[in-house]
Amino acid sequence: MDEEQVRALEKRAALVRLELVKMFSIGKAHHFGGSLSCVDILCALYFHKMNYSRENMADPERDRFIMSKGHSVPTQYVILSMLGLIPADELGTLKTLGTRLQGHPDMRKTPGIEAPTGALGMGLSFANGIAMAGRLDARKPRIFVVMGDGELQEGQVWEAAMNSANRHLSNVCAIVDRNKYESQGEVDQLKGIEPLVDKWKSFGWEALRVDGHDMHALCAGLDRFDGSGDKPFVIIADTVKGKGVSFMENTFKYHNASLDEKQYRQAIDELQGTIDKLGEGRHT
Amino acid sequence: MTESSPKEGTRDRYGKTLAMLAQRDRNVVAMDCDLGRSTRSYDIHAVDPQRFFEMGIAEQDMVSTAAGMATMGKIVFANTFAVFLTSHAFDQIRQQIALPLSNVKLCGSSAGLTIGADGSTHQSIVDLALMRSLPGMVILVPGDGNQTEQAVIAAYEHKGPVYIRLSRYETSNFIPVDVPFRMGEAQTLRQGKGVVIASYGPVLQNVMHAADLLHRQGIEVGIVNFHTLKPLDRGMVETLALRYGHIVSVEEHNVIGALGSALGECIAEFASPSPKAVLHRIGVQDRFGESGSADELLAMHGMDPQGIANSVLSLI
Repeated sequence: MDEEQVRALEKRAALVRLELVKMFSIGKAHHFGGSLSCVDILCALYFHKMNYSRENMADPERDRFIMSKGHSVPTQYVILSMLGLIPADELGTLKTLGTRLQGHPDMRKTPGIEAPTGALGMGLSFANGIAMAGRLDARKPRIFVVMGDGELQEGQVWEAAMNSANRHLSNVCAIVDRNKYESQGEVDQLKGIEPLVDKWKSFGWEALRVDGHDMHALCAGLDRFDGSGDKPFVIIADTVKGKGVSFMENTFKYHNASLDEKQYRQAIDELQGTIDKLGEGRHT
Repeated sequence: MTESSPKEGTRDRYGKTLAMLAQRDRNVVAMDCDLGRSTRSYDIHAVDPQRFFEMGIAEQDMVSTAAGMATMGKIVFANTFAVFLTSHAFDQIRQQIALPLSNVKLCGSSAGLTIGADGSTHQSIVDLALMRSLPGMVILVPGDGNQTEQAVIAAYEHKGPVYIRLSRYETSNFIPVDVPFRMGEAQTLRQGKGVVIASYGPVLQNVMHAADLLHRQGIEVGIVNFHTLKPLDRGMVETLALRYGHIVSVEEHNVIGALGSALGECIAEFASPSPKAVLHRIGVQDRFGESGSADELLAMHGMDPQGIANSVLSLI
C-alpha cells in the first residue's frame, strides 16, 4: 500500500467526518463521540479492505459489515451514501419520522444495513451465525464486526468470542473501537476491560493492537487478516472519542449531545481545515 | 379419541418432525444450549451431524447466532427449555428475531408446570406473556404428538419468527385426527351448552377428561383448542362469546398474559351484541410454582380433570 493510497483514505475519512457533522446539524441530539471515533476504521474497511460495492450485493461470497455498536450507524450511512447505496440528499432525514435512516441499524429499512443492532453485545454472535451458515454451503464470506469498547462489558460478547474460536471461524474479523469513553464516563473507571489483547488471545483469537487513527497502521493490520487460518481475528483500534473536533475529543460529554450554532460552526471549520490541509499536502 | 395410542411428550414428536424436515430440506438446521437430548433437537444429528449446533450454555449467543444464520437462507430451529429461551434471551429475541422478522423457530421445551420436580426456577409460566407481547411473533402450542407434527410443519412453512411451546408431559394422541389443523384457526373439539372451555397444549387432555366426567352428570361443555395463541382466532372468540354464557380458559401458564388475557381483551373489545359471555381463568393464579410431580402440580392449580370439572360445576 503506497503513500498516495493512504493519503486518499485519509482525505476520504476527513470528508466523512465533515459530512457526518453536517448531517447531525444544529440543536439535535446525536452520538457524536462514537460516530467520529470509528470513521477511520470504517473508511479502512469500506474503501480499502472489503469486497463490497453496490454492484456485488447479491454475491453470497462478498464481505459483510456489522455495526455492533449500533449507535454509531450514522458513520455507516455517510459511507453508504458515498458508495451509492443511499442517495446523498437522504442523509438529512436522519432519525426523523418516516425515514429509512433510523437511529439504530434497521436491516429491513436501510440498504446496506445487514444486522439489527442497537441493544449492545449482539453483533459478534450474529456474525458467527453468518459464518456458520456459510460453512454449511461451502461459502466463506468475510464478516467484519465493529464493536465499542464499552460494549465489551456485555457478557454476550464473550459467549460469542468463545463460539468463534471454538468453531475456528477464521473468516470473522472484529474491530474494537477503543475510544476509552462510554456514555457516563471513562470505560476503565466504570468497569475496566483491559488487558484486551491478552483477553482476546486467551479466548483463542488472533489479536493485535493498532492506532485507530493511523490509516497506514489500520490497513496494514486489516491486511494481516485474509479469512484463512484457523482463528478468528480481532484488532484493538486505539481511538479518540470525538476525533476531529477539538472540543469533543477525549470526553464522554458528546457521547450523545447536540450542538448550538457556535459549536456547529467551529466543528465545521475544524473539519474543513483538516480537509484543506490534506489537500495541500498532496501538492507539496 | 385414540386413548390407546402410546403416550409421548410433544417434545418427542417435535424431534422426529425436525429430523423429517431436515431430511427433506438441507436448509433446516438446529441449535441447542446443552439440552439437545432433552429437547430432542439432537434428533437432527442422526440426519446430518453438521446441522446440529451445540452452542453451550449461552442462550443469548444462540438466539443472535440463529438470526445471523437466517440471513443466509437457513431455517433455524433454536432450542432450549422454554423458561431460559424466552426470559434469558428476551432482548435478543426482541431485537434480532421479532423486529427483523427473522426466519427462526424458537422452540421452548419442557414448558409450563409439568416440568415438575425441577421446581419454580425451571417452570415457564410467563413465556407466553413475553412472546405474545412481541409484534410479528407467531405462537403455536400443540396439544399432542400428532398435532406437534402439524404445528412444526406449519412453523417450517411460515416465513418468519415462530415460538413453539413444547412439553415433556406425556399424553396419548387425544385430539381427533379428523379435525383439520390450520395455523391461526382454533379447533372446536366439542360442542356444548352454556359453558365452553378454551385451552391449548397437553393440559387439554385433562379438559377432555373433565368434559367426560361432566357428561356423566348430564352436562355438556364445549371445548375449543386455541393451539395458535397468536394470531388469536378472534372470529372464534366472537362466536363463543355469543353462543355461551361462560368461557373458561384452562392453561399451564400464569393467568396474566396468555390465553385468558387474550380472550378477555378480545371479548371486551367486541361491540355488544349482548348478552356477553363471562370469562373465568383457570391456570397459575399469579404466583410461582414449586417442586412436585406434573400431575400433583396440575391438581394443585385446579387443572386435573376433577378440578376442572368442579370449576365448571360451580358456574352452573
